[in-house]
Amino acid sequence: MKRLKRRTLSEANLAATDRFDVVVVGAGLAGTAASYLLAKAGLSVLCVERGEDPGTKNVMGGILYRQPTEKILPGWWKDAPVERPIVEERIWLVTPDSMVQGGFRSARYGEEPYNAFSVLRVKFDKWFADQAVGAGAVLVTDTVVEDVLRENGRIVGVTTGREQGDVHGDIVIAADGVNSLLSKKAGLHPELAPHQVALVTKEIINMSREKIEDRFLLNANEGATIEVFGDSTMGMLGYGFIYTNRDSLSIGVGALLSDLIKKKINPNVLMEHFKSHPMVKRLLEGGEAKEYMAHLIPEGGAASMPPVYRQGMLVVGDAAGLSNPIYREGSNLALMSAKFAAQVCVEAHERGDFSAEMLSRYQTLLDESFIMDDLRGYSKTSSFFQGKPQFLERYPEILVDALHEFLTVDNVPKRAKQRRILRQVLSRRAPWELARDAVGALRALT
Amino acid sequence: MHIVVSIKQVPDTSEVRIDPRTNTMIRSGVPSIINPDDVHALEEAIRLKEQFGGRVTVVTMGPAQARDALRETISYGADEAILCSDRRFAGADTLATSYALWKAILKIGEAEPVDLLLCGRQALDGDTGQVPPGLATRLGWPQLTSVFKIEELELSARRIVVHRAVEGGEEIVCSRLPCVITCTREINIPRYPSFPNMVRAARYQPTTWDKTDLGIDDDSQIGLRGSPTIVSKVWAPGPRKRGATVLIDGSDPEAAASQLVRLLMHEPLLEVEVASAGDKHD
Ligand SMILES: Cc1cc2nc3c(=O)[nH]c(=O)nc-3n(C[C@H](O)[C@H](O)[C@H](O)COP(=O)(O)OP(=O)(O)OC[C@H]3O[C@@H](n4cnc5c(N)ncnc54)[C@H](O)[C@@H]3O)c2cc1C
Repeated sequence: MKRLKRRTLSEANLAATDRFDVVVVGAGLAGTAASYLLAKAGLSVLCVERGEDPGTKNVMGGILYRQPTEKILPGWWKDAPVERPIVEERIWLVTPDSMVQGGFRSARYGEEPYNAFSVLRVKFDKWFADQAVGAGAVLVTDTVVEDVLRENGRIVGVTTGREQGDVHGDIVIAADGVNSLLSKKAGLHPELAPHQVALVTKEIINMSREKIEDRFLLNANEGATIEVFGDSTMGMLGYGFIYTNRDSLSIGVGALLSDLIKKKINPNVLMEHFKSHPMVKRLLEGGEAKEYMAHLIPEGGAASMPPVYRQGMLVVGDAAGLSNPIYREGSNLALMSAKFAAQVCVEAHERGDFSAEMLSRYQTLLDESFIMDDLRGYSKTSSFFQGKPQFLERYPEILVDALHEFLTVDNVPKRAKQRRILRQVLSRRAPWELARDAVGALRALT
Repeated sequence: MHIVVSIKQVPDTSEVRIDPRTNTMIRSGVPSIINPDDVHALEEAIRLKEQFGGRVTVVTMGPAQARDALRETISYGADEAILCSDRRFAGADTLATSYALWKAILKIGEAEPVDLLLCGRQALDGDTGQVPPGLATRLGWPQLTSVFKIEELELSARRIVVHRAVEGGEEIVCSRLPCVITCTREINIPRYPSFPNMVRAARYQPTTWDKTDLGIDDDSQIGLRGSPTIVSKVWAPGPRKRGATVLIDGSDPEAAASQLVRLLMHEPLLEVEVASAGDKHD
């Protein structure tokens, strides 16, 4: 069955209200990217978002990368509401009273076309969705999708929480974010387990531009990021972050949900703990907390991913578990998966074939890209570090004490100092444990 | 039946702050909504359309951004939405606004005569309630303000009966059609728009009319030039002073009542609290 190819925009616009070529659920990064690309390809596309506006429900650190986003919208950063281009990335390892830091700063990152930007999703998502609407996508907000529509076991659309809420589509794209209701309803996966998600709380803290630039040693309009490991998560698997926006800071901390449950730590308590760390507190001084939010992040990489397609349906972005938190990647995976999904939808539409076999092309595209390669690696990393609190508790302390000893000038000969440090290290961790952890960590991270 | 609803897009005052230095509203970054009273007027229009058949046309005067509000009216079930927008309209007070809207309603009426003009009782941001009476005067139609119930409408007899809220009571009034009605929030509970109407609204492109479309060639009637009102000062009222509190022992109701009456008669600025027998106060 060959269907009409490439309908023009106005034709798509005149079409009935209850039938579309593709129905996209969620106007986050993945959903909007897919809607934009599909509309541009001439398909009729409906995107349904539960928030009053796109972005109002969304939480991200958030660092958005220039190059992957350009795969969707070339030159996007020239028009989009971005906060600051990131010129410096720091990593801190902290104990309750000390910190070891590393980082990278490059003037190259301060020049066009830049590498990454801090963004506020409320502003960015709205702008991004406007681009999709401009390309001809129909965006319905303030409307929750409650289930998939089935006919003879086939997925033929979705049903929303409004009156006469059914809408048909040849393909449904589930872009409804982490813990995707839609893919659960479609039987693609059960409820996520607590070790498969991290719970992150985030605050936006208002601060003047000058103060931000002084404190973070930035030139005008440049931005920095800090990732904080160790005592920031009270020993749980996760990390804290501080990112600079134009005139606010985004600060957050998250840990594996199973760790929070096991340790019975309330996420608010974790946030207060992070904010009151002496090095963090100093950076926040004089700021005014403006917004508070919490969100889940898919953990566990490839091993925790649900099937990403079935007849009549594709799953993209966080909904498909595409997230690589240790490298702070999620947005780029959401955008690239949306691009692959859109590509497959266009092919399927041209052939009039929406079978599982046809849509399995999407899985192949993911497999062949960096995405699955990275996520298989992340599975290894994530499962290695789970249940090994020494990496975020004992080792930072050992390191801090060693450096403290080494850098304290007290008339002890250097050779004696080195011996003292070695003795201290070995008294706290047996040589074979150290060796095992070192080899394991190296394997897990490479 | 052809009903026109005139609406206004206003800043969501639940999120508005007052600049403490200038005492003016900080409008930047504040989301815009359809003026709440106007949503009730729109809902009433849709209900009348559902009952009697016909069309609902929505009109507003404002900047391009007001298209969002107009699109939203389509989701409630309006058939058409028109934006009157022109740089020359900027700075209009209620007199100049009613002039431009009057011209728009005349033009709407050319295509299909208008039977009823529904408006909200007043706008959230200005609270003047002057535009609908202005329109009624210019149109030469009767005006029924603060209506909280439409009792009956006889299209053939061209008459309508409504309940108006008046100081200390209500009034039941009969009017001929066409007329102007301003609605209070008590008149109905606005619907939760259906999905097909949400889709229709998402696709809808409101018609835009500028000064020329409206056939206005006399600039002295519109915008800042057509606005004799001058706002000399805006200020936020200071916090209300609280009077002293007197506690009345309520164990003897009769004595409490007479004490209360005495207090109210002689010290009207007191806040009085009556404690019933079992209540504990610290
Ligand atoms: C605190 C935090 C910090 C992060 N920092 C970064 C970072 O710095 N850089 C980075 O690259 N990634 C980061 N990520 C990850 C990144 O935010 C996600 O990977 C990305 O947002 C995924 O995009 P998405 O479109 O798949 O999902 P989302 O952006 O979550 O969008 C899902 C959309 O679907 C809508 N929706 C959900 N259910 C329904 C429904 N039933 N009906 C209708 N609509 C629905 C939601 O309202 C939402 O708009 C971070 C995540 C968190 C939580």
